[in-house]
Amino acid sequence: MSAQTQIAPAPIAPTVGRPRRSRRRRLTRTAWNLVGILVLVVLAFPVFWMISTAFKPDDQINSLTPTWFSLHPTLAHFGDAVHRPFFWDDVKNSLIIVGVTVALSMALAFLAAVALAKFRFTGQKLFIVLMIGIQMLPQAGLIIPLFVVLRRYGQVNTLTGVIFTYMTFVLPFSVWTLRGFLLGIPRELEEAAMVDGSSRLGAFVKILLPLVAPGLVATSIFAFITSWNEYIFARILLNDGAKQTATVWLSYFTGTSRHTDWGGLMAGSTLIAIPVIVFFLLVQRKIAFGLTAGAVKA
Amino acid sequence: MAQIELEHLTKVFQGGTLAVEDVNLRVEDGEFMVLVGPSGCGKSTLLRMIAGLEEVTDGHIRVGGRDVTDLAPRRRDVAMVFQSYALYPHMSVRQNIGYGLKVRKTPKAETKRRVEEVAGLLGLDELLDRRPAQLSGGQRQRVAMGRAIVREPQAFLMDEPLSNLDAKLRVGVRASLAQLHARLGVTTVYVTHDQTEAMTLGQRVAVMRDGRILQVDQPQTLYLQPVDLFVAAFIGTPAMNLVEARIDGDDAVFGQFRVPLDPRRRPPRDARSVVLGMRPESFEDSAFAPPEIPRIESEIEVLEELGSDVHVFFHVDAPRIGTEALVEASEDDATLLVEEKALFNARVDPRTKAEIGSRLRLALDPHRFHFFDPKTGKSLLAASPAPEPEPEVVLTT
Repeated sequence: MSAQTQIAPAPIAPTVGRPRRSRRRRLTRTAWNLVGILVLVVLAFPVFWMISTAFKPDDQINSLTPTWFSLHPTLAHFGDAVHRPFFWDDVKNSLIIVGVTVALSMALAFLAAVALAKFRFTGQKLFIVLMIGIQMLPQAGLIIPLFVVLRRYGQVNTLTGVIFTYMTFVLPFSVWTLRGFLLGIPRELEEAAMVDGSSRLGAFVKILLPLVAPGLVATSIFAFITSWNEYIFARILLNDGAKQTATVWLSYFTGTSRHTDWGGLMAGSTLIAIPVIVFFLLVQRKIAFGLTAGAVKA
Repeated sequence: MAQIELEHLTKVFQGGTLAVEDVNLRVEDGEFMVLVGPSGCGKSTLLRMIAGLEEVTDGHIRVGGRDVTDLAPRRRDVAMVFQSYALYPHMSVRQNIGYGLKVRKTPKAETKRRVEEVAGLLGLDELLDRRPAQLSGGQRQRVAMGRAIVREPQAFLMDEPLSNLDAKLRVGVRASLAQLHARLGVTTVYVTHDQTEAMTLGQRVAVMRDGRILQVDQPQTLYLQPVDLFVAAFIGTPAMNLVEARIDGDDAVFGQFRVPLDPRRRPPRDARSVVLGMRPESFEDSAFAPPEIPRIESEIEVLEELGSDVHVFFHVDAPRIGTEALVEASEDDATLLVEEKALFNARVDPRTKAEIGSRLRLALDPHRFHFFDPKTGKSLLAASPAPEPEPEVVLTT
């Protein structure tokens, strides 16, 4: 409050106008909050339904009057799911595929992003445009060509074939994202390291790599989720029960149209969601944006 | 410690931009050499070439007698302080300072000792475990210095290290830089666009323009004997007053004024048309000047009282010097009004009774005139015998 308003005699207008304005503001805020809650409910409800169904006995699942929670939760569906054929094989396959995809694509994407962000070469622009442009092609259109190519090299029904396929869409995104992170790191930092005694590679590893860590975390989460949840390519490329991935394994619950084991399906889905959540919880703490603050200027 | 020799150094960037052209320079062992010039003159490129961060198109660089032209930066044994400081944000102050020692595999105990010694020297003892983000601008600047000092390199290369500090801090750090150099005695090449910094820090100053070195000399010599119009206009604050003048027998005629020349300091006989340069301190209020010095009279347009001095501005009925050189040299001082006539700046005694709008008689010392060829910009005094040292010149920087 300025001194003027204190001196001013009987400030009538503000006392009338202010509550009205603040009431309107409060209403707007409440409305937006409601919208936010609604979106949250729409997002969270399927997850809630999946988990709650996994614990319900069969009669409650198939009952015509839906129940929110089961008063007598059961772990039977989890037992069923785990004991279904190929569960552990397929989870292991998924973990291998995802682990290799994430590790390989992070290493390659970092090097490619360094090349794109820190060097100039002929065809650089074209390369970037192609990388983005190819992402825009519908994946469904790529299935058959990829299948043909992979079969020629004996990579159908192998995990390496799937890893290779996943990298074709994980890599461009990761390179693009990491390039953005690298562009934000001032050139002087590597130059300082190089004058200080590092080789060029040393400067990349000791200076750039730690600074781009938040970017690596963000892209690795993307890579993990994309390849863990991928279904269509895995379904088509892998046709041996013991070689399939967890998502394909899940699809076999809806095998017949007459009877679907909803309890088992939901229990399986819940189990398969766990690794993604664990991975996210492990790495999310490392997302410390603004790590480069204080490197240059004030 | 070592001398740095640059021989016919040339840099052409991809796309054909000529950034540095045939530079020859010898920085003596332990010398503080300043490269100064307007932005884009190639001074930073030259420094980066010495550091090894820019490839050399042609010519040679020697540090301590060793040809380092094609060596990687880390093999040159020089340390660089960047304008942006370039501190490693993910490392503590201790790690930042010690990085150069660590990558050179210095024993841990020695690294610790040297880092702490340097931290003590720069007053960073308390900050060793902080990250750069937690430091003030001045502290970051000191860490950047520390990182250079700790390696005990053959030479320091500094690229405008003070330009990110606020004006007050800059003056303080400038003084400590000079002290530090006096103490360590390490050969230093210092780049700046600020001529005040150049004059106060440099044992010698190289004035650069368009990739070439125009003049290398001690600051005082640059100020008193500029070899051309550009150096004359660039060095000195406030800038030298420049105007086109006619030499009429033994008089210089510029605008409405006619001033007799000093026979000991005059352009060659055949010069008719010259650019006449007068530093603000060549003037004095007539009341405080010896009677033998010629007088001119003019109307005061602007008056600036600085306490120790008073600057008066007056118009001269002659066109402003619009050569390319001057536009470039004075790009930093923005003139809001477009003045077609030259506006002169005269420094007078603070006891002056001058007032805005009144007429003032000014003594103008022709012994301090500078003459330049209006076509080439070269000084016309250089050909004649070296002028005597001028009396009581005070740098008003």
